[in-house]
Amino acid sequence: MDTFFILLFSTLAVLFAALVLILRQPMRAALALIAHMVSLACIYATLNVHVVAIFQILIYVSAVMVFMVYTIMLLDDRDASYRQRFSRWVYPALIVAVLIPLSLWLLPAESGALVAPAGGPERFSFAAFALDFMKSYWFHFELATVLLLIGVLSAWTAVKEGLDG
Amino acid sequence: MDKYQFLITMAGVIFSLGLLGVAVRRNLLVVMMCLEIMLNAVVLSFVTSASRSNTVAGASMTFFIYVAASCEIALAMAIVVLLVKRHGTLDLDAHQDLKG
Repeated sequence: MDTFFILLFSTLAVLFAALVLILRQPMRAALALIAHMVSLACIYATLNVHVVAIFQILIYVSAVMVFMVYTIMLLDDRDASYRQRFSRWVYPALIVAVLIPLSLWLLPAESGALVAPAGGPERFSFAAFALDFMKSYWFHFELATVLLLIGVLSAWTAVKEGLDG
Repeated sequence: MDKYQFLITMAGVIFSLGLLGVAVRRNLLVVMMCLEIMLNAVVLSFVTSASRSNTVAGASMTFFIYVAASCEIALAMAIVVLLVKRHGTLDLDAHQDLKG
């Protein structure tokens, strides 16, 4: 049953990613991107990595995409890029895009788990993950909060300087 | 092919689609969305590795990718708004005068 769901949601994720690439209107592309992210969250849930599935929905689908949708609504998207969607690099880019997954497909297969499972799927439950995470990565977590603060300040400064100057 | 190798290949396909979008689309906002697709593909490969090895390291890495993605999108959207205010268009070809 897991295999079926992984196959289903992988197909949906690739389909919606292709739609982001193809659709003309940025708002429709954003909606396809949201569907793509939800499909990925379903894959994570199927793999029993629930904590990342929750992050995916809370951070990506909610915060990041709301930001993106607000920006689309703020700007007029009916310009030259609306009439002509693609640049002249279509064919070279297509060749590179085909070569990357092909090389991954041809990698020698290694089946099974790399190490003996310790703790089972519940290892990635929210409580267990939070304990493990804060035990091993608390300093990185603090650094990440500083990085977020710098990001917010940079965005605010860029907009302020841009509007003033 | 087991499910882990399938998912890694899927991550490659999704990454390639994002890369293709960054290379060929002319709309600034859609290019940003394709960057997010590339980041999502990286997250998928990390989660697959975490699930396969049953260790916390891969899942923890995704947390830091989410932080980087949030910062990136906040800063990038501010820059996009300013660029559009300056040039009046979302077309990448109109921003050829950027230097550095």
